Amino acid sequence: MDSILQIEKLKKKFGGVVAVDGVDFEVNPHQIKAIIGPNGAGKTTIFNLISRIYPPTSGTIRFKQHKINELKPYVIAKKGISRTFQNVQVFENMSVLENVMVGRHCRTRSEIFAAIMNLKRTRDEEKRIHDYSLEMLSFVGLETKKNETASNLTFQQQKLLEFARALATEPDLLLLDEPAAGLSVPEADEMAQFVYRIREIGITILLVEHDMGLVMEVSDEVIVLDSGQVIAEGTPREVQNDKAVIAVYLGERETENANHTKS
Amino acid sequence: MGKKNILSLLILAGVILALPLGLGNSYYLNVLVFVGIYSLITIGLSLLMGYTGQISLGHAAFFGLGAYTSGVLSTKFGVSPWLALLAAIFVTGGIAFLIGAPALKLKGHYLAMATLAFGYIVFIVFNQASSLTSGPSGFGQIPRFRLGNFLLRSDVHYYYLVWTLVIVVLLVSLNIIHSRVGRALRSIHEGELTANIMGVNTAKYKIQVFVLSAVYASLAGSLYAHFITFLNPTPFGFHFSIVLVAMVAVGGMASVWGAMIGAALLTLLPEYLRAFQDYDILIYGSILLVIMMFLPQGLFAGILGLIKKER
Repeated sequence: MDSILQIEKLKKKFGGVVAVDGVDFEVNPHQIKAIIGPNGAGKTTIFNLISRIYPPTSGTIRFKQHKINELKPYVIAKKGISRTFQNVQVFENMSVLENVMVGRHCRTRSEIFAAIMNLKRTRDEEKRIHDYSLEMLSFVGLETKKNETASNLTFQQQKLLEFARALATEPDLLLLDEPAAGLSVPEADEMAQFVYRIREIGITILLVEHDMGLVMEVSDEVIVLDSGQVIAEGTPREVQNDKAVIAVYLGERETENANHTKS
Repeated sequence: MGKKNILSLLILAGVILALPLGLGNSYYLNVLVFVGIYSLITIGLSLLMGYTGQISLGHAAFFGLGAYTSGVLSTKFGVSPWLALLAAIFVTGGIAFLIGAPALKLKGHYLAMATLAFGYIVFIVFNQASSLTSGPSGFGQIPRFRLGNFLLRSDVHYYYLVWTLVIVVLLVSLNIIHSRVGRALRSIHEGELTANIMGVNTAKYKIQVFVLSAVYASLAGSLYAHFITFLNPTPFGFHFSIVLVAMVAVGGMASVWGAMIGAALLTLLPEYLRAFQDYDILIYGSILLVIMMFLPQGLFAGILGLIKKER
């Protein structure tokens, strides 16, 4: 089976700091794959490189066999990659429903002249945007909040709103940046259920997470990153028993672990 | 566009129709023509600044480009005023596109500085390109508009022409605001990078709204030129760019209605304050200060908020 996302020799330097240092991995369709690692390991940087917030120093990112690291972020969205953000980035002064409707932008077409003339097809399209977005809001259970200003939502609700907005773009690949960060244990469990449900509708998921419980529970495969390099990759069970991983997480760096070969 | 906006438009149209009956052909009608002309500019600025979050300190230049293109073409080349107005829209829109494409890559203060510099360059051109613009002393005898054989000569005629166009521009703007494009504009204001990642071609929409606001200003400029029939550079300088931004801020940036209220207030206020003679500037400044202190969202949103609280 062809992988949906291929990362090859990806490297990112910020001045003298090498945040991502020659990372290779693939994500297969309909998989839930997690990237874990200590703070500063380069997890979010990889996400930001995929959604082209900044360009890689070197290396390639392929999505459905096409190189995407030269494309603008909005084109990448249209190709079928969407994401959420570690510290939520909702459009605070817009309504909950409008937030999701912005997500529908890349799947619709009415431009400024059609808007000015208020053509029938424009109004019809607007109705479709509205209905689809409402459906996404129901999916995350926020349909009763649709007219609320987004900044009035709780933190967890804002995270769910980001899910709905990302889903409205009809992604094939969804990047979830720490979906459980800042949530209580029951809230994090709820998030895990959402991650499953998103996979069920046929979306591939790549997630970055600190919460080990969530990662081990939902992931099919885990990549462990340390200092910008992949130190382990495998099923959650394999990774959990990997000596290099244990060393990184427990903070021990004995000589034998430092020499440990990649698994 | 919601029912509220349609109702507001109808009420506005009614008021516009009725006002001259009450005022007669007085001095105030003349002032109301200016309110209409300035409203055209501030509605565009509200789309650009209030909705999309992109600042411009150079819109007096677009107003001037519209006025001068219209004035020069009709006076020195014998082009009919309507055709000159259309040509001005294309010239100004084209220049806005050329300026906007690089300038809109800048953000916040840097964009403000770039538009300010652009405004200053245009102002210098008006002063120096004397063969076309007659320099600082200006030129007159700009022809007035005609409708068929009917010459628009009085203030009432211009009052109806200008305000009809204000209604059209309002309608166009409200349609944009309540569309997929309007939502995209607001998402840019809220978070440009996030909007881009969510699939909005932010650069394209920023240029579109910048050009549109310049076109509105150009239209206002042409109306001004063929109404006053005399042009010199003074009304199109940096000072007027600031006044325009003040109008939008005082009225309420995030609403085209607020932008109109701001244009009306800042045009009418100095007229009323003349009675205070030497103290008029002081009172004018104090009023603006009080509004911005107590209603930072501007008059429109501020008063609307107060009414909601009362209920």
